[in-house]
Amino acid sequence: MIDAVFHGRLGRDFTLDVAFAVPSSGVTALLGESGSGKTSVLRAIAGLDRRAGALTIADEVWQGAGVFVPPHYRRVGYVPQGDGLLAHLTVGGNLDYAARRAGAGGFDRGDIVARTGLAPLLDRKPATLSGGEAQRASVARALLGQPRLLLMDEPLSALDTAARGSMLDLLDALFADAGIPVFYVTHDADEAARLAARTIRLDRGRVVAV
Amino acid sequence: MNLVIATTIELALVTTVLLLLLATPLAWWLARSRSAWKEVAGAVSALPLVLPPTVIGFYVLVALGPASPLMALLHPFGIRSLAFTFTGLVIGSIFYSLPFAVQPLRTAFEGVGDRPLDLAATMGRGPFDRFITVALPLARRGFVSAGILVFAHTIGEFGVVLMIGGAIPGRTEVLSTRIYSLVESLQFGTAHVIAAGLTLFAFVTLLGLLLVERRLGGVRS
Repeated sequence: MIDAVFHGRLGRDFTLDVAFAVPSSGVTALLGESGSGKTSVLRAIAGLDRRAGALTIADEVWQGAGVFVPPHYRRVGYVPQGDGLLAHLTVGGNLDYAARRAGAGGFDRGDIVARTGLAPLLDRKPATLSGGEAQRASVARALLGQPRLLLMDEPLSALDTAARGSMLDLLDALFADAGIPVFYVTHDADEAARLAARTIRLDRGRVVAV
Repeated sequence: MNLVIATTIELALVTTVLLLLLATPLAWWLARSRSAWKEVAGAVSALPLVLPPTVIGFYVLVALGPASPLMALLHPFGIRSLAFTFTGLVIGSIFYSLPFAVQPLRTAFEGVGDRPLDLAATMGRGPFDRFITVALPLARRGFVSAGILVFAHTIGEFGVVLMIGGAIPGRTEVLSTRIYSLVESLQFGTAHVIAAGLTLFAFVTLLGLLLVERRLGGVRS
């Protein structure tokens, strides 16, 4: 199981107060309007923001009484909304950068590059990529870190309708083969239904339905 | 004359290298810290912009003189005073040019933002690793600007080097103080040559700075 409890005042009139437990496999959608706290939950899971609470991933305690594992020891694959690549490195450089600190894992560079269609883009700088290309590179980069857990923040938001369809197919296939738990942030209920095994619905910093 | 040019360039080079090393952690802290004290430290580091060079020169001269408690600490190493030495000039120049290193570096580090550092953290990189592999390359334009500005500003300093160095020929005399002593002895011809040379150098430096900033600017976005 993945057990998460996060709370804290994030703004003048925004308080995060969530608790959920989900199986540590398959895709969990975090669904809600903008400002519902989805990204805050994702960043807290990654350890990028330190919120009061607790987090256990299967048998590993990432946050608890006197424990806070810093993000660089958590082995999460994080695909942020928008720009998810390091601008000073090429696409291939980004993949190598992620792989260099990765432990053993099941994601093969050649296989991931082929499935995300990045082979012709490896020598390009992120600034020269289209939205869809950058998003695929960001996903590949996250996977080649051999993550224990995959976190995705609205990966389709920057894409046009045509690119969305192919990206959805790609993600669906990757999630099915990945064998690691995924948290998928979206504001689109159809997207959540298509990709996720379960949905946590958030509203103004609280869990309103699971 | 060649000796004066050599001293001038050596002073500028040594100052640039040492100051970039010293200003980098300070600028990083100023860019990233949420401490209330950082603006105080920022203001102190910018003081040389508005202080008369003679004030900086005076304080550094006192601090490096034989009566200074700072020098008393160096007595066991056989050092009585650093006033009127090349080392003293370097120390004075570092203070004098400090803001010209700190400001561009701070702006560049602030421009890096949280996002690439967060990404690197999720890719298993600790704070020092993130600084070296992400912050430094993304802030490279700031380093180029800071290096050029410090080098040029050190070539152009006068009050500080005159007070601390005393313009001793062959040791602490630089081009800007040579012009001063030439004019005092009414040797306008040579003064003209050096003045024109320094003006040309300043123009080329600033032009180069603008061109480098434009070139690197496109890559960063």
